[in-house]
Amino acid sequence: MQIPVEGFMYPNEVELQWSILIVLYPFITGLVAGAFILASLERVFRVQAVKPTYRLALLTALAFLLVAPLPLQLHLGHPERSLEMYLTPHRSSAMAMFGFVYLWYLMGVLLLEIWLDYRREIVEFSQTASGWKRRIYRVLTLGSSNVSARSLRIDERLGYFITLIGIPSAFLLHGYVGFIFGSIKANPWWSSPLMPIVFVFSAMVSGISAVMLLYMLSTRLRGQQIDMRCLDTIARYLLYTFIIDFSLEMLDLLQRIYEADESFRSLDFMVHTRLWTSQVIIQILLGTVTPIVLLGVTQVLKFPDIARKRIYGLAGCLTMIGIFAMRWNVVIGGQLFSKSFLGYTTYKMAFATREGLLTAIALLILPFIILWVLVRLLPPWPESASLPGSGAAPAHGTS
Amino acid sequence: MDITRRRLLVLLPAAAVAWKYVLAGTPEASPNYQMTEHWWGMLIDIPKCIGCGSCVRACAEENDVPEGYYRTWIERYHVEDWKIERPEVESPDGGKQGFPPHADDGGKNFFVPKLCNHCAESPCTQVCPVGATFVTPDGVVLVDKSYCLGCRYCVQACPYGCRFINPKTNTAEKCSLCYHRITKGLTTACCEVCPTGARQLADLKNPKDPIHEFLKTHTVQVLKPHMATGAKVFYNGMDGSVR
Amino acid sequence: MGARDANLFKDIEHLIRLAAVIAVALVAFVILRAAVVPRSFGQYGHYRGAAISEIASRPVALAGHDACEGCHTDVVDQKKLGKHVVVACEACHGAQAKHADDPSSAQPKKLDTAVVCARCHEANSAKPKNFPQVATADHSGGLACDSCHQPHRPKIETAKIEPEGKK
Repeated sequence: MQIPVEGFMYPNEVELQWSILIVLYPFITGLVAGAFILASLERVFRVQAVKPTYRLALLTALAFLLVAPLPLQLHLGHPERSLEMYLTPHRSSAMAMFGFVYLWYLMGVLLLEIWLDYRREIVEFSQTASGWKRRIYRVLTLGSSNVSARSLRIDERLGYFITLIGIPSAFLLHGYVGFIFGSIKANPWWSSPLMPIVFVFSAMVSGISAVMLLYMLSTRLRGQQIDMRCLDTIARYLLYTFIIDFSLEMLDLLQRIYEADESFRSLDFMVHTRLWTSQVIIQILLGTVTPIVLLGVTQVLKFPDIARKRIYGLAGCLTMIGIFAMRWNVVIGGQLFSKSFLGYTTYKMAFATREGLLTAIALLILPFIILWVLVRLLPPWPESASLPGSGAAPAHGTS
Repeated sequence: MDITRRRLLVLLPAAAVAWKYVLAGTPEASPNYQMTEHWWGMLIDIPKCIGCGSCVRACAEENDVPEGYYRTWIERYHVEDWKIERPEVESPDGGKQGFPPHADDGGKNFFVPKLCNHCAESPCTQVCPVGATFVTPDGVVLVDKSYCLGCRYCVQACPYGCRFINPKTNTAEKCSLCYHRITKGLTTACCEVCPTGARQLADLKNPKDPIHEFLKTHTVQVLKPHMATGAKVFYNGMDGSVR
Repeated sequence: MGARDANLFKDIEHLIRLAAVIAVALVAFVILRAAVVPRSFGQYGHYRGAAISEIASRPVALAGHDACEGCHTDVVDQKKLGKHVVVACEACHGAQAKHADDPSSAQPKKLDTAVVCARCHEANSAKPKNFPQVATADHSGGLACDSCHQPHRPKIETAKIEPEGKK
């Protein structure tokens, strides 16, 4: 496959190393971090309005977190050796350390928090459900069926504590991904102290937006009424986060343009040619400025509920596209120019191969399938919470 | 040979002992070679390079380098007058078959052979998640292809573009400074065939190595010094336009 | 007092079970690590120490000019008389370690001088000015270089010299 090159590239640079799967990976982990932050808004910051989305946000985070390692595994030359990262991690490597951050976040934060929050229901379902579901619930109880008031209070306190740790852990989860790119001094498109921060804020934007869209969609599918107070609050937090994210990215851009160092001429040309559509049109105009304007307008002018829902829906969709474009521009963009700053190559994306577009699409659909299973096992809907029995206080996640 | 119970009783312990040695690692190829006595580098004399590509071909033969990938390569620079920040560079097939004829064009033209710089503070070894690439005690950056995951992080981290993924092994690969040759007292394949002596292997720990005198008496640079990689490939007579 | 303690234990029983699961997983991990990590890992640094000797024991493909000169002494004498004395045999003839180990098993291929000589001597403005180079199209009018030049002693003293035969 001849790859068209403009100018001069070092001979080994012509072929891109990291494909669309590596674009997917920060996108997915970003959704995880963002969904979790939204959940923590209620638990830790006592923003009561977003309570209806608490459990949904946690399950969304879990569904995406389970899929996150898959693009990495599919991309590796030797996926069968990936356990080496846990057996002999190289402590100076951000990628190796990230393996542990991921594991900590999955086990120590997310799974634990979900388990503690759902434990009462799990114990109840282990006694009332039938068939294979009953077996799953029984395993999840870890053999303990105690749901006394005090045990639930202990769960509540522990859950609060875990969410508290979970917030910096979520920042660490996605900030680390930013650091994996940002610490590469060889690549001026990536190398920046701002990279972890930009990644975290864009993660929050995408995660909040994802949960908002899922809440709207799932409520509609169940024929229920959307809690507008909840939705408005989420949209407001989305707007605030977006403004911070946009400011950071524009700050980086303005500084680069002003300083115009050696790499700048090369990068500037790249943005104007190869990245024009994906960066300027899709990421900035459609994916950032438009949603900010849409969301901002709802804060300034009064719209009827139905109009606001439509605006939020549109803004949410554009946001998701915009944040995906941002990941694309970082990962692919960082490999399109030569480290000699004298040339450019092209990304020839395959379709039906291990690292092709088809695989990427499948990996984007998979979390929703997993979420559907999770939602069946552990219903997050406010109205489906079981009534408290024997005087026990209701578990935290129900409204 | 049919396996009787008696034979098995003898074979099994023997196999266990042999396995212990296998696990401990194969014996040193050169019993006289002590890693701690050497600190390898290379000297490249740019005014001497004629761009014949012998080094690229010899390296490919010596190390089974696949087509389209390069452990070493040659770049041809054309610098127009004072425009040293905008050179025109080409490297057709890495310079493997030499370069096509080029008449004098009034500009400044020269060849620059490139390879892994075997950095003392190597950014590629820093980022390897599992320890599949490393700096040996004698200063050579190597890749353990039976341990490499093929994650490509090291390829991204190298400022010089000297790494690639071998499509046959799906592992990272690059110039090994012909480690299998230099530990046997031979020179690297590229230095062996260079007809003008533009490439010279250097043992920086050997006080008798001519490189010490050379470094004292010539104007020498490394590539991308601002990256602070501790590069050990030294370029004599390198123009400011070289990227 | 005892009843309250027992009650507390019951109330945190699920957490104790969880802690037990985690402890078992950790132990399993430690055992796995001890079993799977290669013995020589960490010997010299954060890598498999055995890799060094594995890489060092790769077979050599280029014999080196010393190996050639042991047998081909007539070529050595020829080369000593000219500028190509500094050119390694394998620069033109390619890797010949197999031939050096067992000459009859691997014969070096006959070279096409039009291709081989041009790599060094084709005129290119990037080559050092004092390096002998010609625009081959004008220089030889399409003739192969060894029509007039003897590759091991390239300077033309008289008219065509017989090309060197195999030893």
